[in-house]
Amino acid sequence: MQDTSFELGGIEFHSRLIVGTGKYRDFAQTKAAVEASGAEIVTVAVRRVNITDRGKENLLDYLDPKRYQILPNTAGCFTADEAVRTCRLAREVGVGDLVKLEVIGDNRTLFPDVAATIEAARVLVKEGFKVMPYVTDDPVTCLRLQEIGCVAVMPLAAPIGSGLGIRNPFNLAIIIEQAKVPVIVDAGVGTASDAAEAMEFGCDGVLMNTAIAGAKDPLAMARAMKLAVEAGRLAFRAGRIERRLYATASSPLTGLIG
Amino acid sequence: MLDSIATSIILNGDPYPLDADLPLTALLERLNMRRTRVAVEINHQIVPRARYDETIVRAGDHVEIINFVGGG
Repeated sequence: MQDTSFELGGIEFHSRLIVGTGKYRDFAQTKAAVEASGAEIVTVAVRRVNITDRGKENLLDYLDPKRYQILPNTAGCFTADEAVRTCRLAREVGVGDLVKLEVIGDNRTLFPDVAATIEAARVLVKEGFKVMPYVTDDPVTCLRLQEIGCVAVMPLAAPIGSGLGIRNPFNLAIIIEQAKVPVIVDAGVGTASDAAEAMEFGCDGVLMNTAIAGAKDPLAMARAMKLAVEAGRLAFRAGRIERRLYATASSPLTGLIG
Repeated sequence: MLDSIATSIILNGDPYPLDADLPLTALLERLNMRRTRVAVEINHQIVPRARYDETIVRAGDHVEIINFVGGG
């Protein structure tokens, strides 16, 4: 059963795992983990260059933008204006129009500021950005972002970096049912089964960083996540059996000895 | 003494001394930055890469130079 590709802002992708590049030991480990994950899209953050440490290597030396779709994020932005400014700068680096929009509303939970996210999305879509917003797992918010013209919606499974897995599968199910754009679970995945579960629900993809970078063996976890996303996707397409309260025998009930 | 800081800009939030106004291209070269890896704002206005040569950085300008770093 060959998997179908999926599209984000007119670009076709085959891997349904999107990985972050934060929290790794060094760029070499980042590169190795990204390779092991099979991801085609990698998120990056936009920050001031270090003026005093000039000889510093650049992340893009390790992740060739010709090979990977670079997805700049607006992590650390607390207002719509900051997020829009960050996206405009990111686009000037020359890696395309795809951006991961996140406007944080609270430092402790890192939950999104929904109103500011919608405001920023509106501006960015008008300016031709292909916006992938990180949002709460709220079906109405996802609907609004879709209406605005976002190319995907990215509801969180649980707080960023928490590893709690999918906290609200019922909301996620509604979001998926309503969506006309790809639904990508972003944040909260802890281990492979969480990623597989998201895909079994019918998500189009999963985005994660800490679950891989923070694992004891990031490279092994990257591969585990690749397999989990593929397995979950395949199980979704295969169509699972109904849940039943009682047993149904797998072996024939006739021809028994005795 | 003041001559040595005759021209100074605010670069990524901190004062940065310059001998004189200079093209943005020259500033990036001085900072050892490859233009294909960065984006630049001067006084909150993005400078398109094609205009780095003709854009002059002047005293008092607020210059922001960003690049990509690891993130999720």
